[in-house]
Amino acid sequence: MSTVAVEVVYRGIFQKSLARNIVRSIVFAARKEGKIGTAFGRYGDSPERNGIPAKQFAIVADTAEELEENLAVYQAHEVDVTINVDDTLCKGVESWAWYGLEPINKLTKPNGTLIVTSRQTAESLIEDIHQREEPFSLSIIPGVPSFSGLWVYKDDHTDVRILGTLCKVCPQLVSLKSMVEAIKDQGWSDLKITSAEKAYERATDRPVEPGEGSASVPFSFELPGWKTMEEGLVIRGQGAGGGFRGGEEGFQPDRNEVFKKWSTRSMRPVVNFETCIKCTLCWLQCPDTCFDVTPDGLFDANMEACCGCGVCEAVCPVPECVTMVNEAEFNDNNSQWEAWQLDKDGYKKWMTVLIEKEKLVERTHGFHHVGQYAEEAANAGDN
Amino acid sequence: MTIAPAQAAMYQEEREELISGSEAIGIACALADVDVITAYPIRPYDTVMQYVSKLKADGAFDCDFIVAESEHSQFEIVKHASAVGARTFCGSSGVGWFYAFEAIAVTAGLRLPVVAMVGNRALDDPGAFGVEHNDALAVRDLGWMLYWVATAQEALDIALLAYKVAEDPRVFLPFALSCDGSFLTHSQAIVNVPTFEQVQKFLPNYDRGRLLLHPDNPITIAPQVNEDWLMEIRRQSDEAMRRSTAVIKEHYEDFKRTFGRGDPSPFIEEYMVDDAEIVLVGMGTLALPARVAVRRLREAGKKVGFLRVKFFRPFATEEIQEALSRCKAVAVIDRDYSYGSPANGGVLFNELRSAMYAASNHPHILNFIAGLGGREVLVRDINGIVDTTQQAIDIGKIEQETTWVAVRE
Ligand code: SF4
Ligand code: SF4
Repeated sequence: MSTVAVEVVYRGIFQKSLARNIVRSIVFAARKEGKIGTAFGRYGDSPERNGIPAKQFAIVADTAEELEENLAVYQAHEVDVTINVDDTLCKGVESWAWYGLEPINKLTKPNGTLIVTSRQTAESLIEDIHQREEPFSLSIIPGVPSFSGLWVYKDDHTDVRILGTLCKVCPQLVSLKSMVEAIKDQGWSDLKITSAEKAYERATDRPVEPGEGSASVPFSFELPGWKTMEEGLVIRGQGAGGGFRGGEEGFQPDRNEVFKKWSTRSMRPVVNFETCIKCTLCWLQCPDTCFDVTPDGLFDANMEACCGCGVCEAVCPVPECVTMVNEAEFNDNNSQWEAWQLDKDGYKKWMTVLIEKEKLVERTHGFHHVGQYAEEAANAGDN
Repeated sequence: MTIAPAQAAMYQEEREELISGSEAIGIACALADVDVITAYPIRPYDTVMQYVSKLKADGAFDCDFIVAESEHSQFEIVKHASAVGARTFCGSSGVGWFYAFEAIAVTAGLRLPVVAMVGNRALDDPGAFGVEHNDALAVRDLGWMLYWVATAQEALDIALLAYKVAEDPRVFLPFALSCDGSFLTHSQAIVNVPTFEQVQKFLPNYDRGRLLLHPDNPITIAPQVNEDWLMEIRRQSDEAMRRSTAVIKEHYEDFKRTFGRGDPSPFIEEYMVDDAEIVLVGMGTLALPARVAVRRLREAGKKVGFLRVKFFRPFATEEIQEALSRCKAVAVIDRDYSYGSPANGGVLFNELRSAMYAASNHPHILNFIAGLGGREVLVRDINGIVDTTQQAIDIGKIEQETTWVAVRE
């Protein structure tokens, strides 16, 4: 008598097929062992938008009656394993439904496992993950997060590597043998079976103790009641805003304190304040009004508000003045302009390293520059 | 009727699939070899149209698939197709269903056996994708048969039954399958998919007979009538709906014989109702947490049962009276509302209380409004409902007829 639940936390659209392959394979594999299961997405995430944090679940049980305890829900109420297929989501998951920011392991049971695909070390990831009172295990599958589009699937074996690892870290779910059969049944190649088996052998496990991890408190809020809510479906607009950091100079718009959506971001803009020509284009074009106007007339992208769309980089007329950088490089949402004010040389060094590093990696997703798609298509034709 | 070879090849052996309730209905359409399907996107119904278009693109379903420019046209097209003898399917959700309402009303008036899926969704505004039953319930007075599904398997099974009942010349009324948004439309479960052969044995071709709109059978349909004819026409529809009860029973027995599964009654599901002192009543996927709660309460020695109303139309008055004849109190859980109605309660509650007026036993009947907009109805909510109902038994009267469950004050 047992029920095992697994969640996949992923980036909407870009990783939807990946998440679906994982949760469906779990149910297929469990079926091989005579168990019964269900696979579903968190309905509050739909319709999915590019990059929004989203979840899919697989729940398997020995009997239909046990499974029934977990049906007709929006999400599993707790899970044995959380699978995070984009390591930047370790910083927290803000659904586009009104749940606030939730720690990546919020649903993970005490002593459960968090599987992450990442190039980062365990220590670096743990810095991002919110502390909690119960221990859990972190299992890293080395690799870059696998991103593709809605109509294409990047078959880089991330799905089967995760499934192989899952069988190792959660043996009560299904055996590797059943998983391999489920992979075969779906018509996947022998190569994918090998990948699953290798991942099983190589799976690692890093215990994370209570108190380890980020001490920041995820933002949350009270939902209003029917007596306290305004009538007529009215939502009051934000205030007009005022001076930078409440001062006399510059400008900073009022922002929603409970709906921030920065966890949608897998890249963030880094601004070179020295080459900025104050043309205002980033400030005007940012779809989320993220830029604060500083007292010296510069534009500081506010990381509590930025969803990482890359428009500012695309519109900035000065080369390398705004550069989108992998979100995994950062551990906080602090102001870049303030850092620059404190130590201009230090800022420049830090920024240059990041920008040079970024040039070396191929961007997996997101808006890079106009014409990028045409170039990629042409290059693909060469190969 | 000939079936496309690729379509026939898909369903030669019984098999299991991991599919959602919507996908199960899509497969039922292919198995029933539906001729004309119309679509217009609205969540959560759109999961059916996505799946049907995929089956069609894969060559596994040969049908005319028409994406209309609105829900109104979507329902108009199937209405006409049905009149000329095509087996049809369409569907919608929430306000999309309401946008088609003129066509929905006349489809029943014309006695056309259209089968539609309603992916239950809250009526905007406010924008909400989650389940409420008010969308589908709006057709309750029009001559549509109306069924609430609880599982993906049931969605497939009842879609097949729907064609057989709706197309029976004794009935010739449209049939709506209500499926809770998210819990059915977006959740994948293991479903047994029958073979073409089994389905063909069960489901004859649609024969419109003397009512067929065709040059070889010159007729006019939908004439203008006034006070001179209309009452008689309404009475005919009324008689067809009355007849449907026996037809449903007959065909459901046939379904069980052919496919080897099904409940004792097509109209209601009784879960530990026999000796229950308190009976919970609800529709759709509410059955899942309700059954869990009943099992746990039984383990704790409490005599509780659950009655699921499957057919809302025709309403199984006698079966429900009989099932509730022994209990002390009934708790009707509505995933809908009816502002200003008797007791300010829900639609199901008022319907059921009215049905019980003529019953020999008069249990206390309490109403609980729960799970609106798709809010999860949890086992602890149901325990609370049972406690409130027990209090009515203990003090011998109902202090509050309608209670909103898990609503923030
Ligand atoms: S990436 Fe740039 S344009 Fe996009 S939200 Fe962030 S600051 Fe605004
Ligand atoms: S677009 Fe570039 S140059 Fe223009 S204000 Fe923004 S950062 Fe400065």
